[in-house]
Amino acid sequence: MRRIITATVQNRSGVLNRITGMLYRRQFNIESISVGASETEGISKMTFVVEIEDHQKLEQLTKQLNKQIDVLKVSDITEKAIVARELALIKVGGSGQLRAEIQGMITPFRASVIDVSRDSLTIQVTGRPDKVEALISLLKPYGIKELTKTGVTAFLRGQQPTQVTELNAFTI
Amino acid sequence: MKVQVKHELESTKELVTGADVLINALVEAEVDTIFGYPGGAVLPIYDAIYRSNAPFEHVLSRHEQGSIHAAEGYARVTGKPGVVIATSGPGATNLITGITDAMMDSLPIVVFTGQVANSVIGTDAFQEADVMGITTPITKYNYQVTNLLELPRIIKEAFHIASTGRPGPVVVDIPKNISSELSDAVYDDHFALPGYQPNKNPNPLQITKLMDALSKSSRPLILAGAGVIFANASEKLIAFAEKFQLPVANTLLGLGGFPRSHELSLGMAGMHGSYTANMAIYECDLLINIGARFDDRLTGNLQHFAPLAKVAHIDIDPAEIGKNVSTEIPVVADAKEALIALLATSNEPVDRSAWRDQLTSYKKQYPLWYDRSEAFISPQWLMEQIHDLSKGEAIVTTDVGQHQMWAAQYYAFEKPNRWVTSGGLGTMGFGFPAAIGAQLGAPDDIVISIVGDGGFQMTFQELSVVKEKKLPVKVIIVNNQALGMVRQWQESFYEKRYSESLFMENPDFVKLADSYGVRGMRVEKEKDVPKVLQEALAFDGPVVVDCRVVQQTSVYPMIAPGKGIHEMIGVRK
Repeated sequence: MRRIITATVQNRSGVLNRITGMLYRRQFNIESISVGASETEGISKMTFVVEIEDHQKLEQLTKQLNKQIDVLKVSDITEKAIVARELALIKVGGSGQLRAEIQGMITPFRASVIDVSRDSLTIQVTGRPDKVEALISLLKPYGIKELTKTGVTAFLRGQQPTQVTELNAFTI
Repeated sequence: MKVQVKHELESTKELVTGADVLINALVEAEVDTIFGYPGGAVLPIYDAIYRSNAPFEHVLSRHEQGSIHAAEGYARVTGKPGVVIATSGPGATNLITGITDAMMDSLPIVVFTGQVANSVIGTDAFQEADVMGITTPITKYNYQVTNLLELPRIIKEAFHIASTGRPGPVVVDIPKNISSELSDAVYDDHFALPGYQPNKNPNPLQITKLMDALSKSSRPLILAGAGVIFANASEKLIAFAEKFQLPVANTLLGLGGFPRSHELSLGMAGMHGSYTANMAIYECDLLINIGARFDDRLTGNLQHFAPLAKVAHIDIDPAEIGKNVSTEIPVVADAKEALIALLATSNEPVDRSAWRDQLTSYKKQYPLWYDRSEAFISPQWLMEQIHDLSKGEAIVTTDVGQHQMWAAQYYAFEKPNRWVTSGGLGTMGFGFPAAIGAQLGAPDDIVISIVGDGGFQMTFQELSVVKEKKLPVKVIIVNNQALGMVRQWQESFYEKRYSESLFMENPDFVKLADSYGVRGMRVEKEKDVPKVLQEALAFDGPVVVDCRVVQQTSVYPMIAPGKGIHEMIGVRK
């Protein structure tokens, strides 16, 4: 099962190495990881998307993360109401007629063209991973020359409904 | 220009080096023994040691591995952090085995490694190694000091982290420019570790749940691990077991946490544990694990481990609970605090004589056994002799392998902190240097290092240390001219293809000891053993006894690899 885990960590040197090293050593499979500053100075926020076999493994993951001395808080937010976003940059080949076609196709995704050259254009798309994936598969036939993604970053929505209807585990 | 400024300052205010700051911090941490080895990047530290009149003793090993294992032995026996200093590069990498060993067996160790100067870190400078990168997965925590002002705080944190919660090794990597930097700064060593708050006190709800489960149980069992010893909980464990008449099985590292001669003791469980202890695990309906980590050498095939039992697990490290064995009643706590809470409940003991009788009959029917050949020396018999002649009161250290298992089986420990063995990592060459640390930590005790002829050859250079420091360590080489456990497995599982496990050449251990100025003795026949051992134990100084034992002897009983805890082989009535 796919889970979204967030961790609040102290921004000390080597902290990313500590955490990814532990995940590697204990055979956890990370699909994506994103790290950045948080609202508090000296504190960073990490978001992991991991593919996990079962609940026992999941429990181990959160416990092993918590055991790290630089880790302040670990949350599995998969089943909460969350906002989750990633950003992808996609360079596709195309000129002339094709450009207009691509432009039309990306509009519903609220993606934008951020760079154009004689024979290619670069599209930026932000959103939930399933949306990003959908756009990527639409663009594939045009020939993707280069692709890069930031990985998911996420946190809880301002308000948690009593019953969560989003099924993040399946859709993120 | 810079030098001039410093000279001017020196004339007005007292300047000290970073190394002096380190020494002061060690004094403040009440360090009495340091195990180390000098080198280029720690020259400022060794100079500070030379100049200082700090009240600690420095023990110069003959290989850094000797330093770290000695520190482990010291920590295991005293409960205080073992302190190690090594230089950068090879000095640091020579410690890796010992640091990993300490991590696996939860020993409090603080290691100071020298590092090349900050200005050349990352340039593959002479004797540079990425100590932070290398030691991150094998330490509880590690630091590289980048600013001298932080050094006292880091040292304080290092000792705190190493010795609290689940103990473990902490590495502090100190670049040479930091240890040689002159400063008159006033230091602030206050620290806050918001991400490190080990929980000592048990959740009352879980204690109630455990006691409820106990009152409903007809076949309860305690599995006591090293956590009992670390928490100084031995007395509380005895009280708890006696109050509720609970049989106790020990893990390898938990030996001594519960007296072996106690009527409730089932002895050691696991791969070479007693039949009774393992069958008790197999048949119990409530397994109370106190401070053990369900290691695979204990559990055997997990599918058959305690199949009928509800599992309660008391551990100070929450990540151990549910890691290998799913647990109904998790108690995150210090073993002693948890036992105090369990004893404070109003629950009444229940009569479970049927279960007790069953286990007693297993004990009688399936005791430990061995074939004795009086013409030579049977290693198990040798262990019994060592036990009896030292009145069961010695501190015993071992390496890994057959001799370790026989010592665990036949040296019946009555008290905690007397058993120093490499359990988790299974490190050859651990026993002898560990005995040096143990003897320094417990100068009034008899320290016996039971080692194999293979393991001893990995670290015997430390004989210089016992000679130099006049440490009366008794080294007993269980010499079967082979890597006994490898040989045993090749016999049992590889159709006697003894690939590289039999030594064609061994040194003359008596002459070897002699060359170090250490007394060497040899014994080849059973009838001579008591006399030689008595003489060795009575001798005022270190002794190496080369005991020639039967080579083709195997450790039994045994849970074969992949088998369940109830499928022991080599069990005899």
